[in-house]
Amino acid sequence: MPDAIPLQPPALRIENLTVRFRRRNLDVAAVNGVSFSLARGETLTILGESGSGKSVSLKALMGLLPNYARTEGQVWLDGRSVLDMPPAELAKLRGGAISMIFQEPMAALDPVYTIGAQIAETIVQHEGIGRGAAMKRALDLLDHVKIPSAARRLKNYPHELSGGMRQRAMIALALACSPSVLLADEPTTALDVTVQIQILLLLRQLQEELGMAIVFVTHDVGAAAEISDRIAVMYAGRFVETATAREIMRTPKHPYTQGLLSSTVHGGLRGRVLETIQGSPPNLAQLPPGCAFAPRCRYAADICTTGEVPVTIAPTGAMVRCVRAVPVPAQEVPA
Amino acid sequence: MSAFTTSDPRDRGGPAQPLLTVEGLRKHFPVRGGLLNRQVATVQAVDDVSFSVRKGETLGIVGESGCGKSTTARLLMRLIEPDAGDVVFDGDPVGDRHGITVNAMRRQMQMVFQDSYSSLNPRMTMAESIAYAPRMHGVSARESLSRAEDLLAQVGLNPRQYARRYPHELSGGQRQRVNIARALALEPRLVILDEAVSALDKSIEAQVLNLLSELKARFNLTYLFISHDLNVVEYVSDRVLVMYLGRVVETGPVESIYARPRHPYTRALFASKPTLDPDRRTTEMPLTGDPPNPINPPSGCRFRTRCSFAQAVCAELVPPLAAPLDGQDDGGAHLVACHVPAAQEAMALHA
Repeated sequence: MPDAIPLQPPALRIENLTVRFRRRNLDVAAVNGVSFSLARGETLTILGESGSGKSVSLKALMGLLPNYARTEGQVWLDGRSVLDMPPAELAKLRGGAISMIFQEPMAALDPVYTIGAQIAETIVQHEGIGRGAAMKRALDLLDHVKIPSAARRLKNYPHELSGGMRQRAMIALALACSPSVLLADEPTTALDVTVQIQILLLLRQLQEELGMAIVFVTHDVGAAAEISDRIAVMYAGRFVETATAREIMRTPKHPYTQGLLSSTVHGGLRGRVLETIQGSPPNLAQLPPGCAFAPRCRYAADICTTGEVPVTIAPTGAMVRCVRAVPVPAQEVPA
Repeated sequence: MSAFTTSDPRDRGGPAQPLLTVEGLRKHFPVRGGLLNRQVATVQAVDDVSFSVRKGETLGIVGESGCGKSTTARLLMRLIEPDAGDVVFDGDPVGDRHGITVNAMRRQMQMVFQDSYSSLNPRMTMAESIAYAPRMHGVSARESLSRAEDLLAQVGLNPRQYARRYPHELSGGQRQRVNIARALALEPRLVILDEAVSALDKSIEAQVLNLLSELKARFNLTYLFISHDLNVVEYVSDRVLVMYLGRVVETGPVESIYARPRHPYTRALFASKPTLDPDRRTTEMPLTGDPPNPINPPSGCRFRTRCSFAQAVCAELVPPLAAPLDGQDDGGAHLVACHVPAAQEAMALHA
């Protein structure tokens, strides 16, 4: 039950979020109990491979899932509970206090309206100010996301912009009503490296100026290291490890995190056989009992496949969901 | 890794002769439009590209989207006709009266594409897909099917479990293994891997990269590895070719390219790589803006519009691919296309 709201509520707090997709005889557990909280100005990256439930989690927060999805749990945005809101109120929130950017800007922007018209429409809708004033704000926003010759670009249609520019336009649209939380779903994945780093730097800078909280979803360890304060590693619908970016990159505790980092290729590994995680991710319609990673884990023991996996939380706040993290220090396990 | 050891009966020119030599390859695509559907512009997708691939090595081609790396691969396979350029396969000019036919070359040169799903026929089982090319080249049905099952085992898929499955019944990583098996069905000597691991999850990508290096040793293969992923290219390649807007800007041994890049673009490309260290994050943008449109690319050096070292000469003359101006060319292996000595110097110091 909701306890007394602290003086400064976190920008976003999530308790035990679960999402199941139910259709006919299919029951897919996409998200299985995700909890985290995020302060203003903080960036949490959800790092995971395809099918781990990272994008579904974001869409659940925005209420963007299809009607056969069953979402449970609690979500508080600036201290207000979101999931039980009536649709009209939720619609006010979307694009207002919470907004989202996507991997594919062409799918997020409307092809038949100019960039300026789309940004202005959002502002008019949420803040009820006049069109002229909204257009002026749109121009400021395009300047803010460093689109060159912004006044001209305001009148452009999405197809007239390059890939990186479209991504910037989508970010401007998302920031139009100064959200307190920005959800970013793989926004740099489809971009070239030289453009990707520009967008990562832009997001970091915008966050410094505007102070919103960012939930950044990616499968790319490099992008995660560049942008996050904290990283949550997701596997089969659960966070298996959460810690500061530094801790995750330097001393990963969960065998999956370790495997993910060691199978991330870089030139230093030349001439060596890559350490890989064997097998492939589990079928979410038939999750194995106990730890979902156990069938691929090199340290798996009998205890891993029976019952719930205990969660260990270090004094620093770092969380690991692994039986090995509980009794003995990690070094005692043979490599 | 690059040593060419066992003697191959198909080897004609000996180890010193490059397996593939490409000279002046060019492809300009017309852009049509307007009232009479006339040609209104040209995409200069590949412009005067020359390189060679040595026997047993892996040559990596890197560059951003639109730089012409995939078009180069398709031109080599003759999936599209080049406008100009010569391709010589182990001493034999391809498509030339005195050389070998395109078909004969394709038997020795095969390709794996990025999209593992769309490159397989959805109505063929895995074994049928792999057996298809040998069948077309005259191998009996029974023989080619048994070869297909053998190849499935070679790429780590149990033939009893997978031979009769259809593409939609496999995961992305498994499908890419099948595509690799299919590419090997004609026992090629050169395999072109066009972003072959780019669509895979990291844990699966590492598995497939290990597989590729095993197969290379086992079947005596030479790889042309095309990717936008700088880390993967550094890991797999012996030599690297960097492309920008349809031209080669720099080439050389992987150590020398990554440790001492001379071209401002190569340097910016590498500097754009995320650092993997939260304490040493990138603080400055190596480049601003997107790559220009390959329709009407800049005159002279195509990188000059984004280059902080650009001078008047860069707009006038196309810089030739030549030894670095500091004279340290790694025995003639390192070549760079840049006019400006100061730029090359600054780049090498930076790295």
